[in-house]
Amino acid sequence: MLTVIKGGRVIDPGNLDDILDIVIEDGNIVEIKQNALAGDDNKKSKIIDASGKIVAPGLIDMHVHLRDPGYEYKETIETGSLAAAFGGFTAICCMPNTNPVNDCRQVTEYIIKKAAKADIVRVYPVAAISKGLKGDRLCDYGELKDAGAIAVSDDGNPVRNSQLMRRALEYSSRFNLPVISHCEDFDLVSDGAMNEGAVATKMGLSGIPNAAESIMVLRDIALCELTGVPVHIAHVSTRESVRAIRDAKKRGVPVTAETAPHYFSLTDASIKDYNTNNKMNPPLRTEQDREAICQGLADGTIDAIATDHAPHSLIEKAVEFDQAANGIIGLETAVPLGLKLVEAGIIDITDLIEKMSKNPARILGLKTGLEIGKTADITIIDPEISYCIDADRFQSLSRNTPFDGWDVKGRAVLTMVGGKIVYQDQ
Amino acid sequence: MKLSRKDILDMESLSVDEITLILDTADKMREISERPIKKVPILRGKTVVLFFYEPSTRTRTSFDIAAKRLSADSLSLSASSSSMVKGETLIDTGRNLEAMKPDVIVIRHTSAGAPHLLAKMLKSPVINAGDGMHAHPTQSLLDLMTVRENKGRISGIRIAIIGDISHSRVARSNSIGFTKMGADVVLSGPPTMIPKGIETLGVSVTHNMEEAICDADVIMMLRIQKERQQHFLFPSEREYSKIYGLTNAKLKKAKDDVLIMHPGPINRGVEIAYDVADGPYSIILEQVTNGVAVRMALLYLVTGGTRNADGD
Repeated sequence: MLTVIKGGRVIDPGNLDDILDIVIEDGNIVEIKQNALAGDDNKKSKIIDASGKIVAPGLIDMHVHLRDPGYEYKETIETGSLAAAFGGFTAICCMPNTNPVNDCRQVTEYIIKKAAKADIVRVYPVAAISKGLKGDRLCDYGELKDAGAIAVSDDGNPVRNSQLMRRALEYSSRFNLPVISHCEDFDLVSDGAMNEGAVATKMGLSGIPNAAESIMVLRDIALCELTGVPVHIAHVSTRESVRAIRDAKKRGVPVTAETAPHYFSLTDASIKDYNTNNKMNPPLRTEQDREAICQGLADGTIDAIATDHAPHSLIEKAVEFDQAANGIIGLETAVPLGLKLVEAGIIDITDLIEKMSKNPARILGLKTGLEIGKTADITIIDPEISYCIDADRFQSLSRNTPFDGWDVKGRAVLTMVGGKIVYQDQ
Repeated sequence: MKLSRKDILDMESLSVDEITLILDTADKMREISERPIKKVPILRGKTVVLFFYEPSTRTRTSFDIAAKRLSADSLSLSASSSSMVKGETLIDTGRNLEAMKPDVIVIRHTSAGAPHLLAKMLKSPVINAGDGMHAHPTQSLLDLMTVRENKGRISGIRIAIIGDISHSRVARSNSIGFTKMGADVVLSGPPTMIPKGIETLGVSVTHNMEEAICDADVIMMLRIQKERQQHFLFPSEREYSKIYGLTNAKLKKAKDDVLIMHPGPINRGVEIAYDVADGPYSIILEQVTNGVAVRMALLYLVTGGTRNADGD
């Protein structure tokens, strides 16, 4: 049977932007044109009306935490995959800070097996840079690549040892495993619980200075130049980091970067009443930083938007602010928050799709796009629908979001993975 | 006049009128402590829980005496005697305490915002006896009371607070409290001990102690903690006391009627010289006396008392 997505605005950044129909057969795109199957074959096809909607290549979230194995009360590979599908993502990359850590073939294979069993979205495991995320020994990248790892990262921890980071870059390049760097100087962070500045001072919380991030961004750029191996900087939150990456890119350094929706949507001034759903690492910064992040997205300094989806239960969040776990969930709020950037005129819809699909794919070496012959990973977005975010309706097992109750416009209404509809708005 | 709020959490949330009400009530309460029989029955049958997650002798004793002078039953809980060492969360501990029907919960905690979390969960009034580096409203109120008593006013006076501002909830609460009541607050300490953005509280900052004290009506010294050396905040006690310690020599530059305050406990010879602590300008022990009065006033007001205590 054929599936036809009819009458939508088909956007494949750098390739297509037109009102077109997409015909899918056996999980692959077989035709993209106006008025496809206008005649005889109509009856044998499933028609999806996409008029007034945007048809995009499947969104990819290159930075999520699925908590499985080890913390299945926060999220599982299945619930995280469902949350992804409902948020419009056809593929997600899960970070290795599980228990046990994904630093060996067994854990990578476990994730792949469970994801296949859930059979919802594509789940690409990111393995650890160092054994146990401890920063003292490299993992077996050859074996991890063979098991199915898509990249390596010690996310959650910085790689403190510059020599280890250098060797990780060099060695990983042999296996085409991209290196994703969590940039943080633990000594500068110390016991910091939120962004350093007037808000933290007033609240009596220890602050985390911007330099705790940018100092490591600058180091990794230096190592990137030294080795010639690309580095991808995770969750950029400060203006200094944006500037450092912009300057490096101008010099031709192969550095790429992502930010998360909360860094362009919120500032530390949003932390009211010690609400721990505003606590994450890196922390929410100031308005100047938020503006710099927007600028970095607009001028291409920041390649990707990734959610850093970090589920936590009330056990970790309904506690004193300085004791609370870092992180917020993001899979089911990323599209409406991204669309706010479009509405504000900071980027256009094509840029948004590029940053949520094309660029993550490019950085990770994945083949996606709306082209004949390619697998049908497709997200349909209704940019006009207005609603109020209701965390109780999330698919994620966790509810730790600062966006609950926000009035927003636009969301994914259909998510298709390999021609199969994994989510459709009712 | 009645206090219309359930909790006393920080100076930021209190209005000028509320602060004035508390100080006026405390002035009346002070007299009770001067009587031969220091007890009035106005909180008879009320239970006050003193939940001290962080060690404290003076503040807890002060609250305890305040409760007893008003005939309330008070009991103390410390972190080591509570279930928190067994891994119980603050919210669960609070709910269990509340199930035993206390009338007021006084909490001290190492985490900023812990009293706010408790206040949100509980119906009982919560009084913050110090939370992390955030707030110490009862200390600020007793300091306001002591200054008002000695100077006849708070508005228009200049108060210099000197020491480790970064780690001090007293400095934060007094910056807000004194500024709110119309005083001029200047903070001083080494650059490592001045937190970013503190000026947004409406205070001024100088790293030069002499500059801070020269026009001050009140000098408040803060305790320096030896452990801070490990975090590179200052090199040695010797150097600290030389540059930021209050000595008679430095006091020569101050006003003739200057008052010296300290929230205690004091490190004689470090932030304050021996003879200055005991000298003619020191009102440090008056602060302690007024602490009891302020806490009596707060216990009375949060349980629904009105200003005219004598008529109750």
